[in-house]
Amino acid sequence: MNEFDLDQSKIRDFNAALHNPSKATDQSTWKVTNTKGRHAIAVGINSALNLQIDGHVGYYCAGMNQKANVTINGHCGAGVAENMMSGTVTVKGNASQYAGATAHGGLLIIEGDASSRCGISMKGIDIVVKGNIGHMSAFMAQTGRLVVCGDAGDALGDSLYEARLYVRGKVASLGADCIEKPMKEEHKTELKELLERANITDINVEEFHRYGSARTLYNFNIDNVGSY
Amino acid sequence: MSDEELHSWLKASASFPRNVIADIQRAAKTGLYDIRGYGAKRHVPSFDDLLFLGASMSRYPLEGYREKCSTNVTIGTRFAKKPIELDIPITIAGMSFGALSAQAKEALGRGADAVGTSTTTGDGGMTPEEREHSSKLIYQLLPSRYGMNPDDLRKADAIEIVIGQGAKPGGGGMLLGQKISERVAGMRNLPQGIDQRSACRHPDWTGPDDLEIKILELREITDWQKPIYIKIGATRTYYDTMLAVKAGADAIVLDGMQGGTAATQDVFIEHVGIPILPAVRLAVEALTEMNMHRKVQLIVSGGIKSGADVAKALALGADAVSIGVAALIALGDNSPDLEEEYRKLGTSAGYYDDYQDGKDPAGISTQNEELAKRFDPIVGGQKLANYLRVLTLETQTLARACGKNHVHNLEPEDLVALTPEAAAMAKVPLAGTDWIPGVNGM
Repeated sequence: MNEFDLDQSKIRDFNAALHNPSKATDQSTWKVTNTKGRHAIAVGINSALNLQIDGHVGYYCAGMNQKANVTINGHCGAGVAENMMSGTVTVKGNASQYAGATAHGGLLIIEGDASSRCGISMKGIDIVVKGNIGHMSAFMAQTGRLVVCGDAGDALGDSLYEARLYVRGKVASLGADCIEKPMKEEHKTELKELLERANITDINVEEFHRYGSARTLYNFNIDNVGSY
Repeated sequence: MSDEELHSWLKASASFPRNVIADIQRAAKTGLYDIRGYGAKRHVPSFDDLLFLGASMSRYPLEGYREKCSTNVTIGTRFAKKPIELDIPITIAGMSFGALSAQAKEALGRGADAVGTSTTTGDGGMTPEEREHSSKLIYQLLPSRYGMNPDDLRKADAIEIVIGQGAKPGGGGMLLGQKISERVAGMRNLPQGIDQRSACRHPDWTGPDDLEIKILELREITDWQKPIYIKIGATRTYYDTMLAVKAGADAIVLDGMQGGTAATQDVFIEHVGIPILPAVRLAVEALTEMNMHRKVQLIVSGGIKSGADVAKALALGADAVSIGVAALIALGDNSPDLEEEYRKLGTSAGYYDDYQDGKDPAGISTQNEELAKRFDPIVGGQKLANYLRVLTLETQTLARACGKNHVHNLEPEDLVALTPEAAAMAKVPLAGTDWIPGVNGM
């Protein structure tokens, strides 16, 4: 176990150790304490290590993660797992704005609530939120899947591309070009698999609604000008 | 009656000249604003409105063909462990694979490499060809984050956070569906053939306080190795420069309203932002006030076309300049050799600005494989290298005439203005006077 106490070590040294291929080997275990809302913790990891973060974190925790399995025992500031490529990031608490923004892959699990713009411009990531999400979530989301076990705020999926959204609770409103779509068997299978990966076994996939792009704004057309 | 005779007595309207009439007619017909590439076409005060005071009695020139006048510049000396060393103070601006063909991007790399300067990626990310042919490659972090990934971030020589560009400060970008080939679509995680919008603001931060943290993240990801540039379109330049410094930039890229684009509304290109002439002076004032001039390097762009422009930008305090449209012209854009083909597109050599259409007969601003194949990246690279050499020689010639043994030793004192407007904007005296409007006298 590699342990860092951020009251004793600089974040720069901690991140550099996580980037050191001789230390950050696959399956190596890491723990960091006294995070105290600090920013840019555990960013740019590029190996399949296991990291436990004890405490609340600031902006961009686990940003651009590749391969690593990161668990945050606390709440997160803005942009957790932004631009993640692969691996898994689990937030035991709540997440602030832009969770999983622009991320290309991997799985982000938020056990509490996520704030506004969750999954903004997502590009392949899977996000599972056990609680609620805020307004403008999945704005311009390109690909990947967003699962919300609670409610979604206003303008869900505004200007959505090909990402698929599953919401169990109420949706305050849908954004431009986002529509409800039928839940077919393939979607139920996909959703069940995502819930299982997030260790959620007590929620029935039948309770979810699916949302996606109407694809009417994919090419600029003057007839659609009122939609913007 | 001939056209010439007819036009000799007809009276044209200053408010509604023929091109304005054509604009109104086009708008009425299509219901769409005009989207085009290139930069602003209107006249604005520019470096052409300044002149150098060559050495004479009170100043001592360097011999034009014999004495050394250095041109090297180092970018990123503030925080980065590995600053960028350039042989010349002229860099290639960010232009995307997508907006340009792979061959054109390769040529930009070849040309820049030949003279020891850098190129810059664009929306769509970094292509292997681009990395291979550019030994100094700046990787842009744009709002769209198309193609953004940590592997390329680590491969880059510097990172440029794009807040805006001179052609459209406050606006995003749009790569129209006709230019979205299978490869471009794949790099951007979007279906082929749809319009690809590049948002006007970043998805995971708002405001300069957040940006400071974003920069911290990028530095931590890359172990504080890479210089981090911030690119801004010229608008509220004095304050933007200060905020960029406060946010932690190693270098600032400042793009004036004359700067080019691949596709934007004409109304945006012509009516938003300020010219590079006042912008460079405002940025230098901000840097000087913060005691950061020459510590945070300033790269300016927007209509740079000659060594005179380069020398004047440096004299006003820039550390380097960047070129985009001029580099494309050097590659072969708007060549008279293609006049017949331009005519088929309803335009003419010297006027072609439909970079958004993907029908570029020069094979530069296109993703059409047949058109792109016409463009030879080796020949194009040689032409660009030649052009960059000429810009450098011209800059040196002017610097020597002012007695400078390094182009960075040029200074505002070497300049005068031809017009009161340029004098006010550049804060150098009107030629033949000691009058700087807004500084001394009225």
